[in-house]
Amino acid sequence: MAELKGWKDIPIGGLITEPGSSKKFKTGSWRVMRPVYDRSKCIDCMMCWLICPDMAIIQEDGVMKGINYDYCKGCGNCANICPKNALEMKPETDFQD
Amino acid sequence: MVVEQKKLAITGAEAAAYAMRQINPDVVAAYPITPQTPIVEKFAQYVADGLVDTEMIPVESEHSAMSAVVGAAAAGARAMTATSANGLALMHEIVYIAASSRLPIVMPVVNRALSGPINIHCDHSDTMAERDSGWVQLFAENSQEVYDLIFIALKLAENEDVRLPVMVNQDGFIISHGTEIVEVLPDEEIKKFVGEQKIMYSLLDTKNPVTYGPLDLYDYYFEHKRQQVEAMENARKLFPEITKEYEAISGRKYSYVEPYKLDDAEYVMVALGSTNGTIKYVVDKMRQEGKKVGLLKITMYRPFPKEEIQYYLNGRKGVVVLDRSLSFGAEAPLYAEIKSSLYEVAVKPQIGSYVYGLGGRDITPDMIRKAFEDALKGNLVADEQRYLGLRE
Repeated sequence: MAELKGWKDIPIGGLITEPGSSKKFKTGSWRVMRPVYDRSKCIDCMMCWLICPDMAIIQEDGVMKGINYDYCKGCGNCANICPKNALEMKPETDFQD
Repeated sequence: MVVEQKKLAITGAEAAAYAMRQINPDVVAAYPITPQTPIVEKFAQYVADGLVDTEMIPVESEHSAMSAVVGAAAAGARAMTATSANGLALMHEIVYIAASSRLPIVMPVVNRALSGPINIHCDHSDTMAERDSGWVQLFAENSQEVYDLIFIALKLAENEDVRLPVMVNQDGFIISHGTEIVEVLPDEEIKKFVGEQKIMYSLLDTKNPVTYGPLDLYDYYFEHKRQQVEAMENARKLFPEITKEYEAISGRKYSYVEPYKLDDAEYVMVALGSTNGTIKYVVDKMRQEGKKVGLLKITMYRPFPKEEIQYYLNGRKGVVVLDRSLSFGAEAPLYAEIKSSLYEVAVKPQIGSYVYGLGGRDITPDMIRKAFEDALKGNLVADEQRYLGLRE
């Protein structure tokens, strides 16, 4: 999230005056479990890309390129559907500095 | 310059409809409910006769009426509706949404007792339930005030620094169905006075798209509420300017409150709505007997005119507050706020709470006199709620 603004600096009525602003809302901050991707097991079947409810699977020309953690909420659907176990869910606490 | 005006013998409901015709709103969505029905009935006639350009939407409920008006106003239309009692209660959810979405909707409300038991006659329980909704609330004493306040309400609602909806309250049947002489301004004067709405954040403005009603959680909801507080303050500041402008063309003066024979008054009654007319009559009678009584009529209830109340009530001997609604288990609404306003005055008067007229029970001059006499005898008890016209 960007820095929060005061009441004098926001549009009235809870209105959103900027189209597409939901892109700025980094929903990945909710995540408790993180999918970790192992390229060596992946067959680029793209099942994870199909099932991801947040379009957080990055692909280029049908090749799996990893996960966009800004938007991945850690639902685990990708890890569940992966036929090769190339995605493993790990607690976020493992990645804290 | 005061304009020459026609005199019409019309009811409060007809006065509201006449004002709406002169405003010529883009959209009116409404559902009939006694005693509001004659407003929309008359207005529908204007639509059918081609006297207005309004898109009239007969909806299936008041919840839908307010929702349709919210949608229309968000699109940038001048949108109006009218209701009473249970209709207002059914709108309740959207009444808050209209205010928090900052939509300048003007709604005549014909005050009627809320069920149950079911009752169609006047009291203020309906509008009091919307007291904290974020709408400006104005109260008319008679049909003339209904007519005048609707234009003042529109101008206030649409001001860029306000952008809040306004309710114009009139007492059910007593005002809405009672024929009185009302002076009306020519159509072109009203057209000039209300002007064109400055359209802000229109849903139809595809070059500047906006989203109304998105999820607003703990990170911004609080800031939006603070903005509504500010808008109410702006409405308070702007009101005298608008009423002055209206006075210039109509010759009729409006303020937050109307002091009546207050200059040397020692005992003051405070009330909302049509009962003020009866109180004036009693004040006149008692003045002839040499009693120093007066009246402070409240025209603007939200924002609450605390400063004016302090100014007019500081140093009086006794203040009698009349409420036409209850707050079960607490003080009646107007009384509670008058009492709270007096906490900070230099010389606190004795103060007493009188509840009257629930469900349309008549309030007679004798009852008003009785309350004044309690004050004159020094028999007011701040923590006691008394009743006028109630059988023991």
